[in-house]
Formats: sequence, structure tokens, C-alpha cells
Amino acid sequence: MTKRILTLALAVVMTAALFIGGGQSALAAGTGSTGDAAGGAITVGIASDLDSSLDPHVSSSLAGTREVLFNIYEGLTKPDTQGNLVPAVAESYAVNDTADEYTFTLREGVRFHNGQEVTVGDIVYSLTRAAGLETGEPLVATLAGVASVEAVDDRTVVVTLSAPDAEFIAYTTVAIIPEGSDPADGIVGTGPFKFVSRSPQGNIVMERFDEYWGEPAKCAKVTFEVIEDGQTMVMSLRSGAIDLAAHLEASQVAELKAAADLNVLEGNMNLVQALYLNNARPPFDDARVRQALCYAVDKQTVIDLAGDGHGTPLGSSMYPAFGKYFDDSLTNRYESDLDKARDLLAEAGYGPDDPLRFTIAVVSAYTPHVNTAQVIVELLRQVGVEAEIRQMENAAWYSDVYQGRDFDATITGMDASTLTASALLARFVSDNPKNFIGFDSADYDAAYAAAVGTTDDAEQTAKFKECEAILAEDAANVYIQDLADFVVTQADIEGYQFYPLYVMDLSTVYRAG
Amino acid sequence: MLITLLLISLLAFLAFQIVPGDPTTKLLGSEYSPERAASLREEMGLDRNVLVRYVDWLTGFITGDLGVSYSYGMGVDQVMEGKGAVTAALSLLAWVLVIAISLPLGVALARWQGGRLDRACVAMNQVFMAIPPFFLGILFTYVFGLVLKLFVPGGFISPQQSFWGFLGYLTFPALAIAIPKAAMVTKLLRSSILNQMGEDYVRTAYSRGNSRWGVIRGHVLRNAILPVVTFVAMTLADIVAGSIIVEQVFALPGLGRLLLASIGNRDYPVVQCIVVIIAFIVVFMNYLADVVTQYIDPRVRLA
Repeated sequence: MTKRILTLALAVVMTAALFIGGGQSALAAGTGSTGDAAGGAITVGIASDLDSSLDPHVSSSLAGTREVLFNIYEGLTKPDTQGNLVPAVAESYAVNDTADEYTFTLREGVRFHNGQEVTVGDIVYSLTRAAGLETGEPLVATLAGVASVEAVDDRTVVVTLSAPDAEFIAYTTVAIIPEGSDPADGIVGTGPFKFVSRSPQGNIVMERFDEYWGEPAKCAKVTFEVIEDGQTMVMSLRSGAIDLAAHLEASQVAELKAAADLNVLEGNMNLVQALYLNNARPPFDDARVRQALCYAVDKQTVIDLAGDGHGTPLGSSMYPAFGKYFDDSLTNRYESDLDKARDLLAEAGYGPDDPLRFTIAVVSAYTPHVNTAQVIVELLRQVGVEAEIRQMENAAWYSDVYQGRDFDATITGMDASTLTASALLARFVSDNPKNFIGFDSADYDAAYAAAVGTTDDAEQTAKFKECEAILAEDAANVYIQDLADFVVTQADIEGYQFYPLYVMDLSTVYRAG
Repeated sequence: MLITLLLISLLAFLAFQIVPGDPTTKLLGSEYSPERAASLREEMGLDRNVLVRYVDWLTGFITGDLGVSYSYGMGVDQVMEGKGAVTAALSLLAWVLVIAISLPLGVALARWQGGRLDRACVAMNQVFMAIPPFFLGILFTYVFGLVLKLFVPGGFISPQQSFWGFLGYLTFPALAIAIPKAAMVTKLLRSSILNQMGEDYVRTAYSRGNSRWGVIRGHVLRNAILPVVTFVAMTLADIVAGSIIVEQVFALPGLGRLLLASIGNRDYPVVQCIVVIIAFIVVFMNYLADVVTQYIDPRVRLA
């Protein structure tokens, strides 16, 4: 008997060895990179894996992907920490008076990660591909207005728009890739870091690009580790397994603050967190009901209870990092007033006998939104509204709420993918495909059209502010806050900078000493 | 065995038809429009009948073509590269730990029944059996990782970097999975031995002058271990399932994390593949248990 069991055990061990041995050679391909050079290697924890392809023209849907690719790809222009657009692959640009023709001059000596120098052909190819000029279907929605892209000489490219758009320059952050290339076959950009490898649900590795045209990255190598579990992220920071993690929640930070060898930086997430209301169907097709909710929900209470007091209250679909477009006077458009809320509800036909009932859909993985929902439910109870939280999985939320528009109300955060007011405001135009709340206001449509149609900066800003005011006045949504963004790093990591966009710039980050 | 696997893969496939959302949901995200979703579905072949797609997948699977992952845009075999090894190593290590802890302990407890060790272990057993592995995992990362600094939580070491470091890092997650199982096996073995001790043949064995230890080793163990073998074989299946959760806690890049993420992304080529692998392990271990039982007890014949 012993012999037989021994044989069996041996067989098991050998199978195991086979498994591990087989995996070894397979894994080796991913980690065969160079060691630490000057500036050191930095490991960053990210809470979710990146999109399918790392195609910069396609994978714009996940903010988490965009913030990583920001380090690898660059456009003709790129945003800086102040929210300005600075020339990148282009050295300079000019706009004609009617804002429908943009001329870019190529910067000399910009190289791709494969060593080739960037030519106007690459720019024409990239913009043509992203705008879908040959397929008729734009890969990047913001470039839908591009009519043609032409190289005038070997340093000048002219982009013609089908209609004037003074904001267009902000869309030229779209990545420049080598002519004829497909990012599915290899990731080649012009950014301060070059892509090295990727392992699904594992990590993404990038290294400093030594021939970068601008200020070179300070660290030699960055590894993004995918750590989906929030508790594991905290443990990994405390143990030193990762050097930096962004977008942490107040509760995680509270646990980390006790550890003296960590730095906690606080910025803003740069998104509009709100109780988004389905304006297209009862009960929220009635403006009085929406306003009643606005009066009943005290933003500061939400911020204090759900976010430990961290967060910036908002009153419309715009956040402070946008500077000139942000109108702070709207923040307190609805001072907390429970009597007014009750009166408005009564006017709309709701009372103690027939209370307003609705459900709040929220993605269960997004703790800050779930916490906010819980506080809101309690606040609404004070005015006799019975709200119920429906926690959903991410994919189900997209399919039912965002795409299917089958919901009463939902708590989420809307961010901006480009540095334009349109990125936040376009979705509320009545026929915009992203208008998932079904907001329908002729005044709004007119104000928005006027804003994007003008080339006069002051007038444009005024019109965008008018849009924001209409959203607040009509109580399109119950606006809450721009969530606090906590970045926690090991004590020796320095140089992290916040952007007014959802990006993570690692080129300035380094290990001190 | 084949039929079981077929049925499981079909059920897993159909389950995706019931849950809301499909692979295009996550791919398009906020860039969604009905037209884009429709054209993408057509491109991915999702507009075809469910059964057609299933048969398509099955023929591919049998001929060695695992399909292309929707959420990573690469072959499923590439996506899973190296991940199977992590899960396999973790599961086997946990399994070996279960056996290494519970067999000697179970026998010892039966040998010195009512002794101090026995009483202490019986009480502790209840506690250990009740603790879920993920909780033990969190406890371990805190105690062994942060306080005692025996390992670096989140600092996974791949077998290429250092094979022993890899095994060392896996020890704690493996322990977290193994302890509740080991508690069960110990309890089972102890009571199985004690049950046998009341049998007639045991009295005969004693009458021939055997000591208690002699009786257990020479006569009882072989009979008592039968139900335990089946159970231990089945725990491997449980352990594989348990490792899915524990991988999250210890940030291990194994199949479990991939499975959970792929379900979230509705990436069914990947999910199908992992489900079939896990189902295969369960079915295979069941079969193996039968084979081993037959070795030990010649009366049992495989049908």
C-alpha cells in the first residue's frame, strides 16, 4: 500500500513540477527587462486593470487606462498641471479667425519609442485614423468635426473642421503613433516612458525613454501592479510592496495615516459626483420633485459623513480645476431647507400618505458612491422620501443604467477626458447620445450651441456658465461634490503632481536619496 | 466524466445570457451608442444564436483554439500564461499542508484520546473550522506581514525571480486556505479511528497482545482512512475554489483574480476556459479518490 501511495504522490508532484516549469518559461518573457538604473524603479498600485487594447484612439472609455497611457503617448498638445495646453509633438499652432482651420508646426527631433523621428506623415496618419476619415466612423468622438488633415510641407500640418470650434485645440491631445502602425501590434508613442510588457490582472511595466524630446522622466522604470481589493492595497502600501497609490478613499487613508513612513497628498478627483436623476420619466420628470431633493440634501453633511470632511461641494456639472468655467455662486443655489423641500413635494402630489419612493442605483465596488448613497437616503428620510439603494456590479450598471437608461436615480462621478467645458457639458444637450439622464431643455441646447459656435473666448465662457446655471436652476441632478483624491506614497517618493484631469504623471516622480 | 464537463461548460455559457450586459458593455463604457454596440456585436459575432456560438467555442476548444479574450484582445492561452502555475502551486501547497497537518494530528489525537492535546485540539478545531480563508488571510497579512515582517504583503515574487521566494510567499496564503480544511480532516480522521475502535476485530487485535498504538497502526488505520481519503481528494477541489478568494487578499497573479475580473468584463472565452479547468480538477479528483480507495480497500471495485 505504502508503495502505491508513494507512486501516486510522486505522480502528483511531477504534474505540479510540470505546471510550474511550464509557467516559468512563459512568465520569463514578461519580466526580462533591465534592472534599476538612475532614478530607481517605482511600483504603483492601480485599482483596476487596463482596457482591452492599449490603443490610444480606442481605449478612451476607461479613465484608469487613460491615466496610465498619459505617460506613454502624446498628442500635438498636452495638458499641464495648471490646466493649460502646452505644445508637445507640435512646436506651435495657429488658428484662423473663423476657428475652422488649425495649422500645426512639427517640433524638430521628436522621436518615437522605436527610434524613428516623427514626420508629418505620422501626424496625418494618426489624426486621420482617430477621426475615422477613411472609415467614416471616428474612433475618438471629439474629433468627429474634422473634415480633412493635410501636410503642407514637411513640418506643417493643416486640420480643417467642418464647423467652427474654438475648443478644438484641446482635442489635439490625441496620441500620435507611427504611420501605418496598429497599436494592437505594438505600443509605440512619443511620451517620456516606453511600454515594456503587460500581464492581464498582473502588471504593466514601462521604462524611461532616453530619447524623449522634453524633460526626461526622473525614474528609470515604473511597474503598475493591479490590486483590485482595497484592503490589499492598504496592506501593500504599509508593507512597502508598492511605492505609490492614487485615488484612495478616506477610510483607507485613515488607516494609513497612522503609519509614519508614508506621505499622504490630497487633491481632487476632478469629477462631478451627483445623484443623477432620470429626467425622462416619473417621478423626476417633474422639476419640483428634483428641486425638493436638492433642498433636502445638504452637501456638507454628505461630505462630512461619507468623506470624513474631505471633498469640494459642487452646484452644477463643473469643478473648480476648470478655473474660468467654474461658477462658485451656483454651489449654494439650494441651501438646505427641509420645509421648502416638503412644500415642493406636496405641490407635486407627494405627502405623508403617499410618499415619494424611488431607487438609487450605485456600483457596489465604488465605496465613496455607496457611502454617499447611504447618507442621502437618511437625509431624504427627513422629508418623508423613501429612497432605496440598489447596489450593482459595474457591467450591470453600464448595461441597465447608463446604456439602457432604466433607472430612477444613480450616484456616480462624471469626469472630463479633455480640458474643455464641453467634456462635461455636452452630454446634457437633449439629443446627445451620452445624455443618459434624458435632460431636455431648449434653453440649454441654445446656450450650448451658442457656446461652441463662437470663437470669442469671453462670450464662450459666459455661455458655458449659462449652461451650468440652467442645470442648477432646473435641478437636473442633485449635485454633491468633487471627491477628494488621496495619493499615498512611501516617505522617500517625491515629485507627484496633481492635474486638473484624471491622469497620473509619473515622469516627475522619483525616489529621493 | 466528459458529459459532466460538457454540461458544466454549457451551463457557464448560458449563464452569460442571463446576466445583464455583454462584452460590448464594458468595451464601450461611456462611449456607448446603440449603433456602435450593434456593429461591435456583429464584429465579435455576438449577434449569432447562443447555441451556434457555443458549438463554435466547443469545436475551437477541442481543437486547441481557446479563442481570443474580449477584454485583453489577445489569445486566451496568452492571457492565462503563468497564471495557472500560480494557482496550481498555491492549491497543491495548501493541499500538502492539509495532509501534513491533519494526518499525523488526527492519528495522534485518536491515540491519546482524552489527553490534554486531544481536549485542546477538539476545542480549537471548532474555531478553525469556522474561520473563512479570506479572513485568515487578512489576519495573516497583518500578523506575519506587518507585525512580524516574515513576508511582504503584496510583494509577490515570481518563480523566475526566486523559486524559494515564490514558495515562501505562497506559504501564508496556502496556510490560510489549509487551516480550516486541516481542522476538518483532523476531526474526521480522529472520529473515524475512534469509531473503528469499538469493532470486534479491534478486540481480537488487542487479545493478541497488541498495544493501542499497535492496533491503530496495524489494523484500524487502514479501515479508518477510507472516508478520509475521499474527503481529502475532494478538498483539493475546494481548495482550488478557495484560492480564488485568497488570491485577492494576497495580491497573487493567479487564475482566481483573472476569473473574477473576466466575469466582470463578460469576457466569456476566458471564463469558459477557467471554469472548464476547475470543473476538470473537481471531476478528476473525484475519480482519483475512487482509484485510491480501491488501492486501500480491495473490496471496492471501480464501475
